[in-house]
Amino acid sequence: MTTKLRTCFSKSLLALSMVASSVSLAHATDFTVEVENLTRGVYFTPLAVAAHPDGTSIFQAGDAASTEVQAMAEGGDISGLETLLTSIGATQANNPAAGLLAPGASATSSLNTDGTANTLLTVVAMMLPTNDGFIALNSIDIPSDAGTYTYYANAYDAGTEANDEVVGSGAPGVAGFPAPGPVGAATGTGASGISATAEGFVHIHRGVLGDTNSTGGVSDIDSAVHRWLNPIAKITITVN
Amino acid sequence: MFSLSNSKKVLRRSAIASSIVITALVSGCSSDNDIATAQFEVTVTNLSNAQPMSPVAVVAHNDQFSSFTLGEPASVSIETLAEGGDNSAYIAEANNDTNVFATASGAGLLMPGASETVDIEVNLAYLGTLSLSAVSMFVNTNDAIVALNSKSLSDMSVDAVQSFNAITYDSGTEANSETADSIPGPAASGGAAEGFNAARDDVRDAVFVHAGVITQDDGLSTSVLTHAHRWDNPSVRIVVERVR
Repeated sequence: MTTKLRTCFSKSLLALSMVASSVSLAHATDFTVEVENLTRGVYFTPLAVAAHPDGTSIFQAGDAASTEVQAMAEGGDISGLETLLTSIGATQANNPAAGLLAPGASATSSLNTDGTANTLLTVVAMMLPTNDGFIALNSIDIPSDAGTYTYYANAYDAGTEANDEVVGSGAPGVAGFPAPGPVGAATGTGASGISATAEGFVHIHRGVLGDTNSTGGVSDIDSAVHRWLNPIAKITITVN
Repeated sequence: MFSLSNSKKVLRRSAIASSIVITALVSGCSSDNDIATAQFEVTVTNLSNAQPMSPVAVVAHNDQFSSFTLGEPASVSIETLAEGGDNSAYIAEANNDTNVFATASGAGLLMPGASETVDIEVNLAYLGTLSLSAVSMFVNTNDAIVALNSKSLSDMSVDAVQSFNAITYDSGTEANSETADSIPGPAASGGAAEGFNAARDDVRDAVFVHAGVITQDDGLSTSVLTHAHRWDNPSVRIVVERVR
């Protein structure tokens, strides 16, 4: 992973030097990003909302997740991603919901990439309750012209933790998912857990199984509340 | 029983447009120059395995109309369509909306894998802002709707074709019990198969992206549904061709 990040970093330096002279009007500089949770009962942890240089990305489907993505996907901790993104010169407006983004709720980030080479947008956040599920809009081109643009994000599985569907820890590499506040109010207890292993690569999430037993069964996830189908979030970019 | 391939039904709301068409027919004039309407064929294909679709409501409108807003409670007319498959109130409301140019309805149930074409005719003057919406119920559910939301057909030329994939929404108006008493479709035979019910008892009273059905095969003991009734997005394909 370290090697890969270094490659991304050097690419970004190259990109920086190439576009430095034409950066002023070449792409949108002042825009907002609204994220709407389209699910029935899934919460999003603090959102990372970042504009970053061409040729960079924080994950790629099919590859193993970085430790930074793992920390985000298993426990909602975006501090590592923030540091990583800062290191490649990204423009960030993270955690617009100031905490959990509830089902049906929206939150808006404002970004200004004036004077940067940040032409791509990435939005990620952990989904609760899941073991290591996260929503992602990955490295899309930020539109150039003023206007409103709509995107739909899908749910990914980071592949770093077994989907046992039991309330447990948000720490990387530790089984179970955290159930803060309103998440814990709708999840169960005492599940025996689903037999599963960490998949090892980022992929489109297969969904949660859940069950209808809130004090036992195989899963602490409620199949009538916490399932979803894609798309899982609507993301609206408004270029000013 | 469900041979729908030739069924077409057009409900024009514009009296002006109707009279112009009649005049053209009476005078026997077939020149395109004298026809003040554009005609679109809207072909709807059910992409599910075992979810018949209720008669599809198709609405041609400007860019100010919407059937529903994601995250907001559904209207009673959408609730009526979503819980029982009855699109009459929804179409009546659309016909009374000044943003709507024309409406049409499918002739009957659109079975899994089947396609149906409905015609829409709109005044040429409306082409600049012309948009299309379509709504139908997946009838083996409590309140799932497949919907196309305000897709632009602006300035499509004659013979142009646009293709859209639509997804399934939960109207959020009825709890997804999946029981034979609460689902109106053929999967609920033997139960009360209730359609519309004014109560709002879903997890969220708001339109959201449908999470799919759980089914008895996946542990919902009250469910009359089986694995066969599941689906994924996209749920329906809608192809629009301007034929005149």
